[in-house]
Order: sequence, then C-alpha cells, then structure tokens
Amino acid sequence: MPQQPKPEQKKAVALISGGLDSLLAAKIMLEQGIHVEGINFYTGFCVEGHTHAIRKKDKDKPKRNNALWSAEQLGIKLHIIDIIDEYKDVLINPKHGYGANMNPCLDCKIFMVSKAKQWMEENDFDFIITGEVMGQRPMSQRKDLLPVVVRESGADDLLLRPLCAKNLAATLPEREGWVNREELKDFSGRNRKPQMALAAEYNFEDYATPAGGCCFLTDKNYSDKLVDLWKARNSKDYELDDIMLLKVGRHLRPQPNYKLIVSREDGENKFLQGYKKQFTTIEIKSHNGPLSLVDGEPSDDDLKFASRIAARFSQGRDAKNVTVKVTRDTGEEALYDVQPMPASEIQKEWYV
Amino acid sequence: MSHFTLDARRTLCPMPVIKTQNKIAELEPGDTLEVTCTDPGALNDIPAWCRINGHTITSSREQDDEVIIVIQVN
Repeated sequence: MPQQPKPEQKKAVALISGGLDSLLAAKIMLEQGIHVEGINFYTGFCVEGHTHAIRKKDKDKPKRNNALWSAEQLGIKLHIIDIIDEYKDVLINPKHGYGANMNPCLDCKIFMVSKAKQWMEENDFDFIITGEVMGQRPMSQRKDLLPVVVRESGADDLLLRPLCAKNLAATLPEREGWVNREELKDFSGRNRKPQMALAAEYNFEDYATPAGGCCFLTDKNYSDKLVDLWKARNSKDYELDDIMLLKVGRHLRPQPNYKLIVSREDGENKFLQGYKKQFTTIEIKSHNGPLSLVDGEPSDDDLKFASRIAARFSQGRDAKNVTVKVTRDTGEEALYDVQPMPASEIQKEWYV
Repeated sequence: MSHFTLDARRTLCPMPVIKTQNKIAELEPGDTLEVTCTDPGALNDIPAWCRINGHTITSSREQDDEVIIVIQVN
C-alpha cells in the first residue's frame, strides 16, 4: 500500500513507462525522501500486453503491465490516463516530424511532459521527473533536444531528469534544495551498463527489457499498416479499434477499396469475433479456418475474390471447393462455394 | 454499500484497468465492483492496480473466455 505524503514532503509526479529508466528515476527520488506518484499515459500505441493478450501462442507467458509492475516495486500509486483522442493531433501533425517510422518521439515527449505538468498543477504536486538519459535515443533524448522538451512542454525548470541531471543545468528542485543534486546521476549515451548496475544496487530484478521499445509506432511493419490505412481512407484519422486491429492478423489489400484482416490462430479468431457487428466478415464453413474481417467498401465480386483468399488460409486450402459465409456489416448473409486461391496467385504486394 | 458492474469486454490492456480506475473513482468505500473482461491480462493487471491503490479483490474467475473480477472499494 503506497505511503500518503507527509505535510513537509515535496511531491513529484513521475512519468512511468514501465521500462528500467523511469523505474530508476523514481527510485532515486524516493531515496531522497520525495513523495512520488506515477503517471502513465495510454496513447493506444503502447506495446504493453496487447498482442500478447490476443495471440494464443503467447498465452503461457506471464502477462503483466510493466508500468503497474514498476509502481508496485516502488510502492507508489500509479495513475493510468487515457490520452487516445488527444494523442491523434500529436501523431497526425507532429511539429518536429517523424523518426525512422511513424514515431513522433519528440512531439510525444513534449506532449506527455505538458500533460504531466497539467496533472502536477491540478493535484498540487511540486515537480515532474522522467527517466530520460541524455543521448540515449536518437530523437527525443538528444542533448540538443532535451531543452526543447523543457521549453515547449512549459515545464521549464520543474522538469528534473534524475538519471542525467548532473549533465544539465540545475532545476528548481535542485536549486531550492528539495533534492540533493550530488546524489543525482550523470548518465549519458546508449550504454545501458550504468542503469543495470543501479538496478542491481536497488535489487530490481525481472524489469522490462532495457532499451526495449514501448510504442508500436517505432515498428516498421506497424507503421506501414497505419500509412496504408490513411491512404485507403484518404484521411489521416483513426479510432482506437482501427489501431488495435493493425496489431492483429494478416493484412492483405488486393484492391484499393478493401482490405482483408485474416486471423492467424484461435486467440486472434476470438478477438476478431468481437468486431463481427462492425465489419463485413468471411467465415469458413466447410473446413476449419480463420475468421476474416473486410475493411472498406467491397463489391459482391470483391467479396467472392476475398473469400478465395480467406479459404487459402483454411484447412481446405487444397480442396477443390470451400464453403464460406459472407456476412455484410448490414447483416445480409450469403454462402459461396469458392476455389481456394493457390499460393502462387497471392501477390506479395497485397500484404500490407 | 452498493454493488456495481463494469463491462470491459473486447478491450485490451490497459483499457480494462483504466475503466476500472475511472469507475472506482466514482464509488464509495465499501462498494463492490464486478468487472467483466475478455483480456486474460486483466487477471494480473487489475489485481496489481488494486494492490497499489489499496482496494481488495474479493474474487476472480475465468468463465467462457471471460474474466470476472470482484473488487471491494477501500
């Protein structure tokens, strides 16, 4: 059970991603007697748990939310905040552009720190801490860009980075003596050994993989699917369901006007069942096979063609005919006997 | 003391936790909340959230691919 703040205690809100750095930054503050509470923002693109929860092959792996795990290790409260809608503008119109894929890392960091500042003010906290390490990441943690986060988030000198504070100008909490600057760290660069040594010093074990990405937007395959979605809809907009579905199944776009999402195994099949009322679906009736969703505006001929593709991924792939049930998103149903598409006819460029 | 229910089915981690967190913010100590989820990750995440926020899990079970967790608000 987390401690309540004492009247004389200074209070810091810590951005907790679930990774090692934010865990260590919060721990350093706790060691200095600061009351710390964690904040974790959910953008919809966070890697945490999603596909692990869906795919059956992962069901034997322990499932945990690393931000919650971090908070529990630290003995602090964690506030998980849904920023899905607000985040759209960050992703669609990043002032500082994208990284290697569709990751707007610098704008994302600025946005999250500004939201943390808002939370700090609303909850009468004194300053903000992050697990940033100077030079560790190419976009959001470059030495010349750390001041941009400070300035554009509006956090100014209320943003303390305990892991690299000694490399930076003293912040208000340091100047006022709320924290002892001498006990802060001077980590820099991509070498993770200092963090791992500090984790060992604090007896943290089984923490999330160091330097592991926590956002699907840094993943090329995921980013390609997002760009395809925007292109097909002629609009850079999305809903939560759209970005969830980009994580699930095989995505094939045989024509610009529709896309097939074909489940790969039972776990995904069950997950896609939840979308049957929202999408046109293709179910294999004569054999065991995947559930497929059809996103877009397919004609009847398109659906027959798509059914042949779906049948290709069923156990009837070598059969002469496979019976499929197509259910339009309007509820209209049709049964088709189709010839499963041979692998050689499935074009590579259909795969998104 | 009242009993409430929350449907968090077809949402994935951490949405069941966020929904639980936001619902509990509206409740009074002593109330109970029954959360139904389809993400098996909720079996770990909701109890973890309850532990760090001082609420008590009174039961949790899996039934027909659903996870049902009952929480007593403290």
